[in-house]
Amino acid sequence: MRAAAQAARPAAPVLGVLAALLIGALLLALAGIDPLMAYGVMLRGAFGGSRQVQETILKAVPLALVGLGLSVSLRARMWNIGGEGQYFIGALFGTMVAVTFPGWPAWLLVPAVLAGGLLGGGLWAAIPAWLRTRRGMNEIISTLMLNYIAVLLVEYLVRGPLQDPASYLPESAQFAPAARMPALIGRLHLGVFIALALVPLCYLLIWRTPLGFKLRAVGSRARVARTAGIDPAASIAFALIFSGALAGLAGLIEVSYLHTRLKGQLISGGYGFSGILVALISRLNPFAVVIVAIFFAALTIGMDATHSLAQVPATLADALQALVVLLVLGADALARRGE
Amino acid sequence: MRGIVKHFPGVLANDHVDFELARGEIHALLGENGAGKTTLMNILYGLYRPDAGEILLGEQAVHFRSAFDAIARGLGMVHQHFMLVNSFSVAENMTLGQPSPRQPLLEDPNTVRRRIAEISNQHGLRVDPTAVVWQLSVGEQQRVEILKALYRGAEVLILDEPTAVLTPQETDELLAILRSLAGQGKSIVFISHKLHEVMAASDRVTVLRDGRVVGTVPTRETDERALAKMMVGRDVTLAVAKGSARPGEVLLQVDGVFADSDRELPCLQGLSLKVRAGEIVGIAGVAGNGQTELEEAIVGLRPVKRGRIRVCSTDVTNQSPKTCIQAGIGLIPSDRYGMGMLPDFSVADNLVLSTHAGPRFTRRGLLNRGAIRAHAAKLVHDFDVRTPSVDTPGGALSGGNIQKMILARELSGQPRVLIAAQPTRGLDVSATEFIHRQIIAQRDTGVAILLLSTELDEVLALSDRIAVIYEGQIAGMVDRAEADLHEIGLMMAGRGGPARGAEAGP
Repeated sequence: MRAAAQAARPAAPVLGVLAALLIGALLLALAGIDPLMAYGVMLRGAFGGSRQVQETILKAVPLALVGLGLSVSLRARMWNIGGEGQYFIGALFGTMVAVTFPGWPAWLLVPAVLAGGLLGGGLWAAIPAWLRTRRGMNEIISTLMLNYIAVLLVEYLVRGPLQDPASYLPESAQFAPAARMPALIGRLHLGVFIALALVPLCYLLIWRTPLGFKLRAVGSRARVARTAGIDPAASIAFALIFSGALAGLAGLIEVSYLHTRLKGQLISGGYGFSGILVALISRLNPFAVVIVAIFFAALTIGMDATHSLAQVPATLADALQALVVLLVLGADALARRGE
Repeated sequence: MRGIVKHFPGVLANDHVDFELARGEIHALLGENGAGKTTLMNILYGLYRPDAGEILLGEQAVHFRSAFDAIARGLGMVHQHFMLVNSFSVAENMTLGQPSPRQPLLEDPNTVRRRIAEISNQHGLRVDPTAVVWQLSVGEQQRVEILKALYRGAEVLILDEPTAVLTPQETDELLAILRSLAGQGKSIVFISHKLHEVMAASDRVTVLRDGRVVGTVPTRETDERALAKMMVGRDVTLAVAKGSARPGEVLLQVDGVFADSDRELPCLQGLSLKVRAGEIVGIAGVAGNGQTELEEAIVGLRPVKRGRIRVCSTDVTNQSPKTCIQAGIGLIPSDRYGMGMLPDFSVADNLVLSTHAGPRFTRRGLLNRGAIRAHAAKLVHDFDVRTPSVDTPGGALSGGNIQKMILARELSGQPRVLIAAQPTRGLDVSATEFIHRQIIAQRDTGVAILLLSTELDEVLALSDRIAVIYEGQIAGMVDRAEADLHEIGLMMAGRGGPARGAEAGP
């Protein structure tokens, strides 16, 4: 029975997704919509052609970046729920670089804004890291609370000091073209390839470096790690700051590529939170993060398509996404029970 | 009990066990850890249900669905870990879980107290009914447990390793109480793995090995050696062979150390001791007198409020565990699972917990899996760690093999000072033998060894000098050769420290 459960474990997420789609079909049918037709529209909307595929990949980038960061921090058992706030502060720092040095050439400005994104997210996560390691404050609470502060801070700045003088809308000045993510293949921009490059790097970091060894040891049993001479505070701080930096990078990339200027709430589709789910469903495997991020992105884009083409209510898309999360995590827990 | 069978996932804990208990007898149940003693008694007490077999009380077959059923039929059990509510008085603990005769009010406290007094007088169990449990010593708490069972009308008493937490004097008192109870017709099952107690206390002995009964013999007709052979299945050397120590310079010096316990109460109160190269200093004492805190203070896990700790001429007072390790400390922690190993890390990774970042195992920033696995393969072989492979998760190993793995790791770091805390607790005879031999071998290569053990037998067997810890201080220190068991026992109980040795160490 134990062996069977172990064999079932890799298949569990797939079964969970199938179950979610079945229940989703039931919901669609109840709403008077032909499920097969709706799923067909959804599939074409997400993967129907080169344009759709590119769109889906672009949408997956922020999810993957936040998910990758968490796949590292959760190894140290650090629940960074503050991805959303770090995303906003990363976007803010990158924007400040972009609007301060609009005359810089692209080869200098692009790395500079990227560094701004990493730095902003990392600094924002350094606050809960400090609170946790020096003051013993639970990181779940602090990261969660800092989200509100970050979003409201950005909301204020785009209405005040950072507001574009030429605009009446709550938004910053536009990024100079040299500050935007350059498209490399079709519409796939630099950010896509940065995210892809980070996948094996995160894997190496966790499984092949002394740093990752320490992170995992602290996450496994901090007291054992400490007894063995590992400083849990350093691992905890690294885990939070690393995941914060990647969330900040995600925010900056979205702003620089998609919105081309800093705005308020609009700049995030809740990626800071969805990224947590991506990491959990991937069971903290960086390679799986990419797949799950694309799946989530496809779900969102596909549902947009069904909304406009098949008159499926947008709330159903959210319901389906929630179903997927619940059933995949549930299937995983079931498969794990046998171990 | 007839033909009792109990399976747990992966183990057959009881394999057709027959066990009988006569009225008025003390029946010892002897066996190594994992032999199935506790399982058998938990079945008798209704905590587990047997897969097969039956329990007869007198002539009548009984089926206990829970401990309540067992209690109702006159069984009482004193567990290794006491089942008392610490913030309740002795009297309140008696009535806990018992229906009150005047619901919804609790039973009249005076009645309860009178009954307690009655039972304690009858059996010589001195206990103050108004005392709150946490204020009582471990020995007293144990008496409360026995009293509780009797209060509930127990005719059969099961005691699971009752002497593990007692001083030698308390053990003698307990054995006297048990004999008096048996004299009044109570039947007693006495679970133990200590041969001399079994010889001293019991009328009959049943030996269990690997879940099966090896035999039941009247105690008068056997001796320790024969019982040991039944228990282990081969001849065992009861004494540890070791030559005399050749102590060198002082490598560990603890000087007037004060530290608080986890509950932020003063725990170590000016403790001083010295351990020299090539000697084993054993700390005897009843659990809870500062052993854990001393262990943690030395390895940098517990803040020291006053005093100094020096390791090989490095001052490590309040330094990080890392610094302590670099200064030359190796630790076999008392809390094997909470401090010593990571259950989800492979054996290989567990063996490099503190050394993985060094040049031997990390090249150009990346861990060298090959070197780590080769290192593990060698240690697993040298220390006889029984594991399917070096990639097996550490948590899948048995207790003895986990301890060997920890020992292998600590010794591979070539410590100058080895802190061995409860190094063989819960281990079987062969693993214990192995670990004792390794500790002595380390001593002979010039390592300074501090042995912390609540098993007095172990302290006596291994130590060159014996210090007794009592309430966070060294109550006295004696050479092994001059050690007097009675005197050590008195010091463990906080009475009559010897005139010599108030100042610990040479």
